[in-house]
Amino acid sequence: MKIQLRINGRTKESDVEPRKLLAYYLREDLGLTGTHIGCDTTNCGACTVLLDGKAVKSCTVLAVQADGCDVMTVEGLEGEDGLHPLQTAFWEEHGLQCGYCTPGVLMSGYALLQSNPQPSEAEIRSGISGNVCRCTGYVNIVKAIRSASAKLAGAADDTPSESAKEVAASGKKSD
Amino acid sequence: MAKSQTELRPLGKSVGRKEDPRFIRGMGRYIDDIVLPGMLYMSLVRSPYAHARIKHVDPSAALEAPGVKLVITGEDLAAMDLAWMPTMAGDKQMVLATGKVLYQYQEVAAVIAESREQAEDAAQLVDVEYEPLPAVVDPIQSLDPDAPVLREDREKKSNHIFHWEAGDKEATEELFRNAPVVVKQNVRFPRVHPSPLEPCGCVADYQSSTGKLTWYVTSQAPHAHRTVLSMVSGLPEHQIRVISPDVGGGFGNKVPVYPGYVCAIVASLKLGRPVKWIESRTENISSTGFARDYHMTAEIAAEEDGRVLALRVKTIADHGAFDAAADPSKFPAGLFSIVTGSYDFKESFVEVDGAYTNKAPGGIAYRCSFRVTEAAYLIERVMDVLARRVGVDPAELRKRDFIRKEQFPYQSPTGWTYDSGDYEKTLDLALEKIGYEELRKEQAEKRARGELMGIGISTFTEVVGAGPSHTFDIMGIKMFDSAQIRLHPTGKVLARLGVRHQGQGHETTFAQIIAEELGLSTEDVLIEEGDTDTAPYGLGTYASRSTPTAGGAAALCGRRIRDKAKKIASHLLEAGEDDVVWDGVSFSAKGLPDKSVTMKDIAFAAYTNVPEGMEPGLEATYYYDPPNLTFPHGAYIAVVDIDKGTGAVKVRRFLAVDDCGNVINPMIVDGQVHGGLTEGFAIAFMQDIPFDEDGNCLAPNWMDYLVPTALDTPHWETDRTVTPSPHHPIGAKGVGESPNVGSPAAFVNAVVDALAPLGVEHIDMPIFPWKVWEVLREHGVNK
Repeated sequence: MKIQLRINGRTKESDVEPRKLLAYYLREDLGLTGTHIGCDTTNCGACTVLLDGKAVKSCTVLAVQADGCDVMTVEGLEGEDGLHPLQTAFWEEHGLQCGYCTPGVLMSGYALLQSNPQPSEAEIRSGISGNVCRCTGYVNIVKAIRSASAKLAGAADDTPSESAKEVAASGKKSD
Repeated sequence: MAKSQTELRPLGKSVGRKEDPRFIRGMGRYIDDIVLPGMLYMSLVRSPYAHARIKHVDPSAALEAPGVKLVITGEDLAAMDLAWMPTMAGDKQMVLATGKVLYQYQEVAAVIAESREQAEDAAQLVDVEYEPLPAVVDPIQSLDPDAPVLREDREKKSNHIFHWEAGDKEATEELFRNAPVVVKQNVRFPRVHPSPLEPCGCVADYQSSTGKLTWYVTSQAPHAHRTVLSMVSGLPEHQIRVISPDVGGGFGNKVPVYPGYVCAIVASLKLGRPVKWIESRTENISSTGFARDYHMTAEIAAEEDGRVLALRVKTIADHGAFDAAADPSKFPAGLFSIVTGSYDFKESFVEVDGAYTNKAPGGIAYRCSFRVTEAAYLIERVMDVLARRVGVDPAELRKRDFIRKEQFPYQSPTGWTYDSGDYEKTLDLALEKIGYEELRKEQAEKRARGELMGIGISTFTEVVGAGPSHTFDIMGIKMFDSAQIRLHPTGKVLARLGVRHQGQGHETTFAQIIAEELGLSTEDVLIEEGDTDTAPYGLGTYASRSTPTAGGAAALCGRRIRDKAKKIASHLLEAGEDDVVWDGVSFSAKGLPDKSVTMKDIAFAAYTNVPEGMEPGLEATYYYDPPNLTFPHGAYIAVVDIDKGTGAVKVRRFLAVDDCGNVINPMIVDGQVHGGLTEGFAIAFMQDIPFDEDGNCLAPNWMDYLVPTALDTPHWETDRTVTPSPHHPIGAKGVGESPNVGSPAAFVNAVVDALAPLGVEHIDMPIFPWKVWEVLREHGVNK
């Protein structure tokens, strides 16, 4: 079946089998391999992407169901002026280890902050409860989302913290 | 919060991770991200029965399905002498079943097709006819002489795998005969699974033009896998390149070689095209290395005041259908004999008997440090049983029995030499920080009101860093590890190690060690692991051995480079070598601190201006054979409240004080502890892989085998004391597995402590709410 959708701001047209899952379409047809597969029962959330602004588990959506939709993956987080504050915060607060859950958690965190810019710890834990992480014990993920929330709130007065500048600078060097 | 990578003297600082920039952008490169030209896809056919004869396997319908290139059966592999493969435990394991299957989900055939979907479709068409046999799922029943013999391939016609023992039996019996107090407790450590978020998989790429096999694989021990593969396949080792790319968590699951790997390699050899195999979560849980499954009985002989005399342990170990436990070869029960723990037992005798059952193989995994999880859980649980029996507070009892700090290096009754420890200091910090006295008062008040609150302590000793070559080997290969450091002319460093991280931050922490030794910043040091063509030979990452072994190698390799650098410095400074001093960042002539050269200057000189007769360049390799293991320890305290109506246990607080000697990167150690505590919590309260009497696996996926989310997981508090390892080059001990080793006992001790007023003495994990609910009802609590 022919489908057309917007991925990270760009329009894509593809011909896919109706049974193809969105996660595999993103990974195999589009080469967007940041979206991961961690289970076969929709528990883990490693495949979380935004579908028309909503966090969905792309292993449980058919690619044909995304026809005409706007899809955002982890690869779409970084803007022209560098890493998204959520990405920087995960780095600064050590919110990742093996990195396998990270893309999905970032997308759930992104969706959470869109709908609730100043979440409490309980709201953060609830907001990412569809995402399993085996490495971090969630402590630093919660910290990172709080920190990103503060950064985004502070973005209005446009004063990034010293450490954020440092990390952003070393990030450019490591590319 | 992470610090910049540009600081000099980075050791001991929370340097931000080098790994993160690619992972937060979705630019990691994990196994299933790898796509090669002409790559085919493999899917496995698995047994629906736990125990059955295979009457026949008919691949003809599958072979005619669209896109199918090859179907491999057990008989095909038998013709190549590959139907069985050796295991690290010295047993053998079926690759694809011939004759019969021995566990549900066992590998029966492999289907290779042009696409993932075609391979999966065609796998449904392989026709296998089975004749079911009675399954044996209980290891105690399996050891009954009348039980059906599962492994007809073995000479020994019984389900008994091995008997192993440690300690002095007679001396232990003697102390038990005369002891004023003896306590005894049966304790089961249930079968659980490490379940890394990324399942196992590989891409095998055999190029007939060069005769070289490149094997991308989720591997914690790529060099060992290369050697094993060479020995099994007959391919020369220099023609095998194993690449372990970014690994999405291992937790011990990615140490063994699995049948799927072998089938993908065989398929690539036969077809001359790359073959990818990625297992599903269900396949991962049901067929790859499980953890624990120890049925233990412990007895402690003690004085009336709780001072321990002797420990006696009998264990039945359920190893499944093949003994594939990933142990050093002389240790069929791992390092379980560390079971005397942090306490000064006079004597101890420990026995373990392994049993075959109709279940998947494994045993060693999930932060176990080779069975230390079982040992630490058992002794910490039974010390509480003793405390209750003699009427002494569990913290006070532990203090009475601790090995004193002046007793180190301490010779344990089962033969270990503990390197260092200050157990009382660590426990005191934990007690003070959690407010132990206050908590006990609060508990007394709550008990008076009929409320159920419990406090659980675990003061464990770990043993990690296998290990010294005189004792430790994997299939004959000594358990050293290695580092290779090369300085480029501009002072930038490429360093490679024989270990393989799966998220533990080696790219950052090994850079810290090397930068510290060379007076550089971590930013100047690039760390690589996992490619056997480029990295020096090492035994891999598991059992928290990276810091003890490769960490030692990295420091000593750095010092080897510094020795040469000093000679070049003496040449550049025009000073005698004895007059050149190193201040951690640069060399200077004694008494002339202004006249100095840094490692950057020396690196350049090594390629442009070496003293006459000296070999140009600046690099070194170090293979480190550790003199002993390291023995980190910890004091963990859990506080729980139990809902009498539902049986739900709420972990109100959990404090983990770890002592892993000198710390390389505190931020990373904290992250390791958070993750390990979450596993320990899951094991204590959520995880179990049960089987019904027909051998059906009842929790083969994440609907039934539970992994905690952020909502389930308590908030973790951490702290540390520092008792360096005297034998380690930088005084560092391993730590990654301590939180999983130490925490289950704290949780269970807290729950039993809460239920103690009802007369409850023990409860086996996992402590599901329904189980507590039943215990409450049995003890007359009805609301």
